[in-house]
Amino acid sequence: MEKQNNQEYLTAIQAAFGEDILAHEETFGMLNIEMTPARIHDAIAWLQQHQDLSVNYLTNIAGVHYPESVGREFAVVYQLHSWKNNLRLRIKGYLPKENLNIATITDLFAGANWMERETYDFFGIQFDGHPDLRRILNMDDMDYFPMRKEYVLEDATREDKDDRFFGRNNNEL
Amino acid sequence: MGKIEDLETINGEGYQLTTLDKAIALARANSVWPLPFATSCCGIEFMATMGSAYDLSRFGMERMSFTPRQADLLIVAGTISKKLGPVLKRVYEQMAEPKWVLSVGACACSGGIFDTYSVLQGIDRIIPVDVYVPGCPPRPEQIIEGVMNIHELVKKESNRRRYSEEYKHLLGTYQIDIDQHGEAK
Repeated sequence: MEKQNNQEYLTAIQAAFGEDILAHEETFGMLNIEMTPARIHDAIAWLQQHQDLSVNYLTNIAGVHYPESVGREFAVVYQLHSWKNNLRLRIKGYLPKENLNIATITDLFAGANWMERETYDFFGIQFDGHPDLRRILNMDDMDYFPMRKEYVLEDATREDKDDRFFGRNNNEL
Repeated sequence: MGKIEDLETINGEGYQLTTLDKAIALARANSVWPLPFATSCCGIEFMATMGSAYDLSRFGMERMSFTPRQADLLIVAGTISKKLGPVLKRVYEQMAEPKWVLSVGACACSGGIFDTYSVLQGIDRIIPVDVYVPGCPPRPEQIIEGVMNIHELVKKESNRRRYSEEYKHLLGTYQIDIDQHGEAK
């Protein structure tokens, strides 16, 4: 079997998942596919089990917050890798802020466990079916999701920091 | 430096007198066992301080104590995240009296450049600090200067500091309960 390229991946996924492919593009040689969030689990399982596509490695799971885009405020991004074809691809699902539920893929990749905990920790995305969804990097009694853009970066209890020395309010210098 | 010549003594033919607390303070000051709690670049500077070029060992600090039970001086060198805060406090509580704390570098003293939600804005929010060493990171000379200041404290403080009301009050402000021997419960 010849090595597969981006176009062949896209054609195969479109044939299998048709209407659940909402958008696709190629950035810096890497295939990006936006899908219906509810179908992402099945798509990754299908990619993993496919004889030729053979997407056998999960590189990363990340969250993104787009506060301005109404109805699709949060994105969950899966970066996948096929060792056999030396090809990487990215699958994105957009979630509205009222419903941040998406199916876990810990049943497909055990390594997704900590990645999903991290995404939950920073963005509050709920991975349904995750065996142990709790904070991983931040302290346990933190009561918000710090990477959401409505929260300021700075520590609320700081006393001796001057914004001007941190590259903020530069015009006042 | 803590030489025997620096002690106030009464000298005579065949004898030398001083007070017990001064002799004990001198012995303590010259045998401070440090516990390095080093998390980042300040820790590298501290390693240089321990190395042969700067040689902290010449002040009776040859032995790094990697257990808090046998340490006298907690040297906190580096950024302490909020998640690490309770760990640091636990280490401090486990140290036996008498004990001192040296805060090395901008991060340990105030959070430094890490003006962010995840970093503790100074370790003095969770444990009392005796000497602050500024710098980002401080040079080994500055760390030695901090250690010298700790030595001065050790020599001048009461040997029974732990029984004083001020000390109990200080630890109380950090929510550290102490028993009748001054040890954290």
